[in-house]
Amino acid sequence: MLSASDLTKEYQSGDHRLTVLRDVNFSIEQGEFVAIVGPSGSGKTTLLGLLAGLDTPTRGSVQLDGTDITALDEDARAKLRGAKVGFVFQSFQLIPTLTAIENVQVPLELRGENHAIERATDVLQRVGLGDRLDHFPTQLSGGEQQRVAIARAFANRPRILFADEPTGNLDSDTGNRIVELLESLNRESGSTVLLVTHDLVLARRARRIIRLSDGAVVSDQTTAEIGNGKSEMGRR
Amino acid sequence: MTEMGRFRRLLAIAWRESRTARRRLLLYMSSISLGVSALVAIDSFTANVTKSVQEQSRALLGGDVVLRARAAYGPKTTRLLDSLERAGTGVSRVTTFASMGLVPRSGGTRLVQVRAVSAKYPFYGEITTEPAGLWQRMQTQGGRYTIVDPSVLVSLDARLGDTLMLGSARFVILAAIRSVPGDLGVSAAIGPRVFIPDTYLRETGLLIFGSRAEYEALLKMPPGLSPARFAGRFNIRFSTDTPRVNLRTVAENEMGLTQSIDQLGSFLGIVGLVALLLGGIGVASGVHAFVMRKIDTVAILRCLGATSGQVLVIYVLQAAAMGLVGAIAGAALGVGFQFALPWVLKDFLPVDVSVRLVPAAIGLGLGIGVWVALIFALRPLLSLRRISPLQTLRRESDADVMRRAQRDSAAIVVTFAIVASVFVIALARAGTVQRALYYSGAIGVAIGALWTTAALLAKVAKRVARPKWPFVFRQGVANLYRPGNQTRSVILALGFGVFLMSTLYQVQHNLLRQLDVKLEQARANVVFFDVQEDQERGLDSLIRGSGHTIVQEAAIVPMRISAINGKPVAALMAESDSAMRAARAAGESRPRRGAPGSTRGRSPWAVRREFRSTFRADPAPSEKVVAGKWFSPTDTTPQISVERDVASELGVGLGDTITWNVQGVQIRARVTSLREVMWARFEPNFFVVFNPGSLERAPKQFAILAHVPTSAEVAMLQRAVVRRYPNVSSLDLSLIQHTINNVLGKVTSAIRFMAIVSLAFGIPVLFSAVAATRRERLREGVLLKTLGATRHQVGRIMLAEYALLGALGSAAGVLLSVGGAWLLMKFVFTTSFSPAIAPVLLVAAVMTLLAIAIGLATGREVFRETPMAALREA
Repeated sequence: MLSASDLTKEYQSGDHRLTVLRDVNFSIEQGEFVAIVGPSGSGKTTLLGLLAGLDTPTRGSVQLDGTDITALDEDARAKLRGAKVGFVFQSFQLIPTLTAIENVQVPLELRGENHAIERATDVLQRVGLGDRLDHFPTQLSGGEQQRVAIARAFANRPRILFADEPTGNLDSDTGNRIVELLESLNRESGSTVLLVTHDLVLARRARRIIRLSDGAVVSDQTTAEIGNGKSEMGRR
Repeated sequence: MTEMGRFRRLLAIAWRESRTARRRLLLYMSSISLGVSALVAIDSFTANVTKSVQEQSRALLGGDVVLRARAAYGPKTTRLLDSLERAGTGVSRVTTFASMGLVPRSGGTRLVQVRAVSAKYPFYGEITTEPAGLWQRMQTQGGRYTIVDPSVLVSLDARLGDTLMLGSARFVILAAIRSVPGDLGVSAAIGPRVFIPDTYLRETGLLIFGSRAEYEALLKMPPGLSPARFAGRFNIRFSTDTPRVNLRTVAENEMGLTQSIDQLGSFLGIVGLVALLLGGIGVASGVHAFVMRKIDTVAILRCLGATSGQVLVIYVLQAAAMGLVGAIAGAALGVGFQFALPWVLKDFLPVDVSVRLVPAAIGLGLGIGVWVALIFALRPLLSLRRISPLQTLRRESDADVMRRAQRDSAAIVVTFAIVASVFVIALARAGTVQRALYYSGAIGVAIGALWTTAALLAKVAKRVARPKWPFVFRQGVANLYRPGNQTRSVILALGFGVFLMSTLYQVQHNLLRQLDVKLEQARANVVFFDVQEDQERGLDSLIRGSGHTIVQEAAIVPMRISAINGKPVAALMAESDSAMRAARAAGESRPRRGAPGSTRGRSPWAVRREFRSTFRADPAPSEKVVAGKWFSPTDTTPQISVERDVASELGVGLGDTITWNVQGVQIRARVTSLREVMWARFEPNFFVVFNPGSLERAPKQFAILAHVPTSAEVAMLQRAVVRRYPNVSSLDLSLIQHTINNVLGKVTSAIRFMAIVSLAFGIPVLFSAVAATRRERLREGVLLKTLGATRHQVGRIMLAEYALLGALGSAAGVLLSVGGAWLLMKFVFTTSFSPAIAPVLLVAAVMTLLAIAIGLATGREVFRETPMAALREA
């Protein structure tokens, strides 16, 4: 469903080049729930940006649902994101000028879908915000804002959902509920979920964990394997 | 889903997303309102005046054709007019001249404009009187009646039924004039009108040697003969008989008037264009600020699948909608101004303007306004296309994002479109490619100069800033050059606004300066003219006998040119006509001086006019010899000193000879000097001065200037003179001063009105310019507060920055306007330039204060917010 081949990202910093990601390789099947973990500065967010087509690699490629997204231009990648990708961010990234339902409607309307209001209402009810449709982000709590973001991410029935530290700005109870929501939507909709976090407790909720360190994959294991104490490098 | 459906969805997103930004965006886009209001007002007003002229064209002329001459009609013309009248053409005559009016009951005297009219005048239009309906009575009853301007009643302390003496004739004042078609209100202030039946013209005894009068014959065509055909058939016959006769049809008169109105409209339109561009600059900087606030939202939209095109459409729709609202507000104001304009300018208009809404002008103003707003907004909006979705994950500073986003080749296309739009609008306003190029070039130079000033200012600030300066001042100066500074946008907006207003004042000052009679320099305050040779001694002793001083006596000899350097006038004119035709064929309005066959660019006006010359032994205080030498007492051959400008019009220089026809006697005189004359001095000035001896035997009349201390004594002297010499007219300087002040006052208040409107509309422009860096400012101010700066210190830093920006932006605008006004004076109005200091300093001071006030108002959140809250918000 999603695969990275020899993915490398370098930045020019003054006179020397800085390698943030080095030859990253892995693939993820449809419906998997995968966590990418690693310490601060290990390249997690850069990897997420490349996998979701928000940025382009220096070398290597990303296949998303059969399409090499590194060969697409920015607008084609945007269309692909609109059709197949959902996002949940640490800082929610709701559009402050729009109400909850309008935020959820945006991706549907950008795709030109009919019945955007009905669909948005439906997903908001599923995340438990049926009575908060016309509230603006500033009128919602952190947990509620993140639920709106999740509803927005699932509104398009995405093939894959990228979640960047989705509980980072929430207390642990609220964070738990958000992860449960992600899990249930993953189960119900069959969407692939790729979670980026530095929180190992949260990562264990995934079925597979990819560890990054200094821009390289240092382990790629299922949580079952981790539970059994196995360690396997470079699983593909 | 159809394209239309997709567009509707984007429209919905654009509408919802604009929710909180509408007011701010509207403020930025309202920068355009002044320009739109100016265009709508000017175009509607011009259209209304033109339409009124067309509707009232016959009434304006009074007939189908008018025949005008400065001298009495020749015998052939008179015979021709008589035979035309017998053949069914309506003929009505008007003779106009200046004379003294005296009301014996009150003793009041005043110089008036006498119009002796024959029966049936006017053929079209109606002269209305108070009490009503008495015009007909004056013309039909055959009595010695007169109808006068209300100001005559006031200044002569007269009332209806009083007797008015004009020369030797006495008339009963029957009524006051309410309106005369085609007359400028202001002309009544200069020479109030007195209408009399022309049957009694001779009885006044006023039209004698040397009197200046204008003769008009109004003709009403019989059915089946068009004015144009009539003109074609008779023009030559009239003009060969009477010198300088002018035949004008109703259509020509209408065309002449509408052309002048169009010219006025196109000149004012340029002011509108400058205002529109200033608005465009405001829009651009405001939208730049708007774009910076939208970085986060756009990054989210990009994550959610919006293409760069969709993002652009969403924000262009918002800008267009707000631009439309700004333009509509401008158009509404323009319509309001349009109702006010005829009222403000009523004294300068030849017609009663009926104000109507002009949909074409409103539509054009709206269209141009929305287009200018949009094209100027598009430049910063383009950056939105390049905002990366990656900003959702890793947010860079606004300045970094914008720097990256502005690298866009489409920006070059938009810049080109802006330049092309300015040129096209200038072309539509100015009419010719050459003028459009001048205007857009001048605007380009102004913008370029302000841009350079701003860049230099930033550079100089960086270089001169010293660590030992007080902290707040140093910080204020540092704000001028730090990354993401607002120096360019503020200097550009402020400088351009000051440039617009200050140029208005410079032009006003320089045009009005020429009207300004130098009273304090005048040694005399009363002038007596039309004094005949046999009256001179008597008048002289009358003045001296009353205990007053005579300052100057000047002989006046009327004459015409019969040849220059031996070549007769007819031959000169034929050469001049062919040169003019050649020049027109080459696309020039007149032959260039010195061009082959151009007869040195002689103006027909100068060659054909009647000269009223004098002779004297020494130059007058108001003149200065600039070439050649003043007459030598030993050389008694006829010599002349010619005024410099008229010499150039005549195409003569030192050593050339002019042969004059002085009442039939030919006098050939050599040009021995050229003079510069200060016409604004209250003294009799002459184009041509002869040496003593050459004209002494010629028939002449005199102008006598006297100094009379009080206005009561002036009135007494005028009464005495008018009783003894009814044909002698006199003018009281205080009356001229009053009239001039009246005209100046009207023009000044019109300009002041325009300046205040410009200032009011400059506020949103400045707000927009300052807003561009508001977020950066907020962050920095809050950071300073976090580090321990007091609100007072932060305020003083901002004060230092805005005071510097305001003062330098204003100074740059003032300097530019002085240059611009100098160019306008030199090339458009062809007159000298003197800078107007006081009003311009006032404009600069007001704009500087405005910049400070707006800067502090925009930054007020820095004072209000706690460091924590503001850091979170920023």
